[in-house]
Amino acid sequence: MNRTCNYEEKNKPLTPSQQDYLKSLRRQQNRIQVIRVLIFVLFLLLWETAVRTGWIDGFIFSSPSRIIETVRDMWNDGTILSHTGITLAETLISFALVVLLGIGCAVLLWYSNTLSEILEPYFVILNSLPKSALAPLLIVWLGANLKSIIVSGVSVAIFGTILNLYTGFREMDPDKIKLIYTLQGTKKDVLFKVILPGTLPLLISVMKVNIGLCLVGVVIGEFIGAREGLGYLIIYGSQVFKLDWVILSIVILCAIATLLYAALNLLEKKCTRQGLPR
Amino acid sequence: MKPLLELNNVSYAYHSKSGETAALSDLSFQVFPGEFIAVIGPSGCGKSTLLSLISGLLFPESGTILYAQGCVRKSSGYNRMRPAPAGRRRKSGLLPEVSDKSSIGYMLQKDHLFEWRTIYRNILLGLEIQHRLDENALARVNKMLQDYGLEQFRDARPSELSGGMRQRAALIRTLAPDPELLLLDEPFSALDYQTRLSVCDDVAAILRREKKTALLVTHDLSEAISMADRILVLTKRPAHIRTILTIRFARENPDKTLSGMPTLEQENPDRTPSGMPTFEQEAPDRTPSGMPTIERKASDKSSSRLTPFERRGEPEFQEYFNYLWKELNADEQNL
Repeated sequence: MNRTCNYEEKNKPLTPSQQDYLKSLRRQQNRIQVIRVLIFVLFLLLWETAVRTGWIDGFIFSSPSRIIETVRDMWNDGTILSHTGITLAETLISFALVVLLGIGCAVLLWYSNTLSEILEPYFVILNSLPKSALAPLLIVWLGANLKSIIVSGVSVAIFGTILNLYTGFREMDPDKIKLIYTLQGTKKDVLFKVILPGTLPLLISVMKVNIGLCLVGVVIGEFIGAREGLGYLIIYGSQVFKLDWVILSIVILCAIATLLYAALNLLEKKCTRQGLPR
Repeated sequence: MKPLLELNNVSYAYHSKSGETAALSDLSFQVFPGEFIAVIGPSGCGKSTLLSLISGLLFPESGTILYAQGCVRKSSGYNRMRPAPAGRRRKSGLLPEVSDKSSIGYMLQKDHLFEWRTIYRNILLGLEIQHRLDENALARVNKMLQDYGLEQFRDARPSELSGGMRQRAALIRTLAPDPELLLLDEPFSALDYQTRLSVCDDVAAILRREKKTALLVTHDLSEAISMADRILVLTKRPAHIRTILTIRFARENPDKTLSGMPTLEQENPDRTPSGMPTFEQEAPDRTPSGMPTIERKASDKSSSRLTPFERRGEPEFQEYFNYLWKELNADEQNL
């Protein structure tokens, strides 16, 4: 109803007061953008001048110019790409595993009431456990390799995913489920026609949280048992007092987290705005 | 005429940890092809349970439900809220065979159109589930979309439609698998009053045109009187049948109403209320003078039935209303 109304109104010429309103809206948006950028630039300037004038020690605190220099050096010998690539790959693999395993387990729990009642306390305990405590154990059990780092990434996100999705499945309107049964459907139809499409927005919001959690898990894993990756670079850099490396790694991690989140945001918009295949 | 649906001594109770709640006790009645039956009763008396039993979502604890001569739903020990797996139902003869799998349609209180599907794909949901998306079915759906004014909204999302349009879409979804018997569970209660009156007319017209048998559960007496051929009045929980009232309007051609339909007396002899007003003779005199008499529209000539809205203006309407009101409140007065 609402959208049909809007279609008609779009073709009308705008009244002066509406134009004023839109203009003030745009001005406000611009102001916010400018101040955001300004804060960032001021921060960099302050950092740089503080180091140059000797207020803080550039050896410990690094500086924007030193970081740029480090990027250039590491780009030339290729190490920056390999470290970043490894961390990104590990994160994406563990994220994919979390999504698949999470949906699979949540569907199983939803399908069998008995199973979910039996397993619920275990999931609650595992979910509240600080997963970083598991990482050293994983390294010992699985060895200092890619596998244990991926498992570390999965372990941080998986239990929350299962619990959140399962709760979402359970909260589906019982009358929508009844509708499927009145149309002679089976439990399988309920799953594929109601539960999964109906909880798609939840799935995406859970994924948005998870991609960050996977990154956390992967970095924890790399702290403890890796020879490559940004987590390794942070630990190694702090041990040999190459704090430029540490801060550069943190900057890159920020960029990765932002990019992955933005990618999921894009996916979300695609799913909600365009709708599903018609 | 053979009944399409026959309930014999059907009882049902809900079980929970805190105890047993008897919902229906010893219900027996018949529904004949083409009939429109309304079921009224105090709120929470088990009207919706009755529909769930007939549609096979629940099984009676005792008694039998016969549908379309042969598909018998006997009582079974299986009494959970969730339905038994379809395979199990079919094996035990509780589900109709594949051929008339779809012959009972069930329309719920709210439209429950899925926001993630277009109107068209929502309407196809039943056919999709039953794997019956063949040309015939699609042609029927497309015709209904055109006939009932939803053609231009086929690719719209449910949220873009008004309440009345959504309800019509839900009705087409229910009708798409071509059910013989239609169960309507307070299908208008989620609508505002104005929409409700017009959708009520729409639905009545659609059902008559598609020649469907219908069982309407409602708490709205006027809705029941304006739409039904017969009204089943249930008592408080555990519900049994208080009375079955045959609705006749003088302005409707009695010849064209269903022949062979049981009258009140045959149906339920011991519960017949004495002093039931007979309206046929009184009706002409009672037209209020000075009030505009609404002429029947040309389209009405073919069918002798009044629309639900026209029925509301008839003199018998008020008398049926008062009678039903008394019946419904009899329980409380006896206390």
